Amino acid sequence: MKCEELLAMLNEYVDGTVDPAVCVEFEKHMAGCNPCQVVVDNIRQTITLFKDGQPYAMPIQFREQMHDTLRKKWKEKFPAK
Amino acid sequence: MTNQLTPETPDAELVRLAKSGDLDAFEALTNRYEQRVYGLAMRMLRQEQDAEDVTQQTFLSVLENLEGFRGEASFSTWVLRIASHAALKIIRKRKGLNTFSLEEATEPSDDLNSIPHPEFIADWRQSPEHLVERNEIRRLLDDALTRLDEKHRLVFLLRDVEGLSIQETAEALELSEGNVKVRLLRARLQLREDLTRVLGDPARQLVRAHHHHE
Repeated sequence: MKCEELLAMLNEYVDGTVDPAVCVEFEKHMAGCNPCQVVVDNIRQTITLFKDGQPYAMPIQFREQMHDTLRKKWKEKFPAK
Repeated sequence: MTNQLTPETPDAELVRLAKSGDLDAFEALTNRYEQRVYGLAMRMLRQEQDAEDVTQQTFLSVLENLEGFRGEASFSTWVLRIASHAALKIIRKRKGLNTFSLEEATEPSDDLNSIPHPEFIADWRQSPEHLVERNEIRRLLDDALTRLDEKHRLVFLLRDVEGLSIQETAEALELSEGNVKVRLLRARLQLREDLTRVLGDPARQLVRAHHHHE
């Protein structure tokens, strides 16, 4: 496997959806190619950083106002209930 | 209404109840997804007022179109699709464009030569677990996201941040799965490159050999 081929398979490898036979080739390449190993590590770290980052909290005032608006619309739509 | 709604009540059941006019069920669905919608919109738009507009528009649209939702996709995918479209509309408006399209046809083909090669390769100075606790990291991540093309950004946000599958991301954005995969790879590589330039340890920079490893 060449670096380019590894790059093309990166998503599948990181997401754990790569074919087992390809996975063996992939890991064999990484064992002998430190830059590729580091890139794969970095990609994992990148995803983790974004996934585990602090979420944006919705402002409470906006939330209340939105729920009011939605309730009003709901009552127009289902006047009987 | 005497329906027992709990946090465990499945989305599909809440949708069924909401369709029959149960406001509590609709509010439960809103409570369940409003934070995710708002977070997605903030990451797309980086502007509170716009993110609020997108969030409200999204749930108004859910309310309006609930009868038409047949459950082919999961409710969460459907909601995130509506939110993505609303956010893109604002981006287009900011750019002075009126057309809305994700331009699948103009995507460069999925050949290996078109994938940008990693340039700055280095171990990071700190683990992501440490970095997440640092406040200034939010800005760094948002800046990196902003530098992505919006079509790449959206795919990354839905797949990697919101945790949708490739198939769900494709459904939400009305793209082919192949296209989602290419965009995701580009997004991940570009974000890695960007972050490594800031977080990478220059002392541990690696230079890729020019020959191809077999």
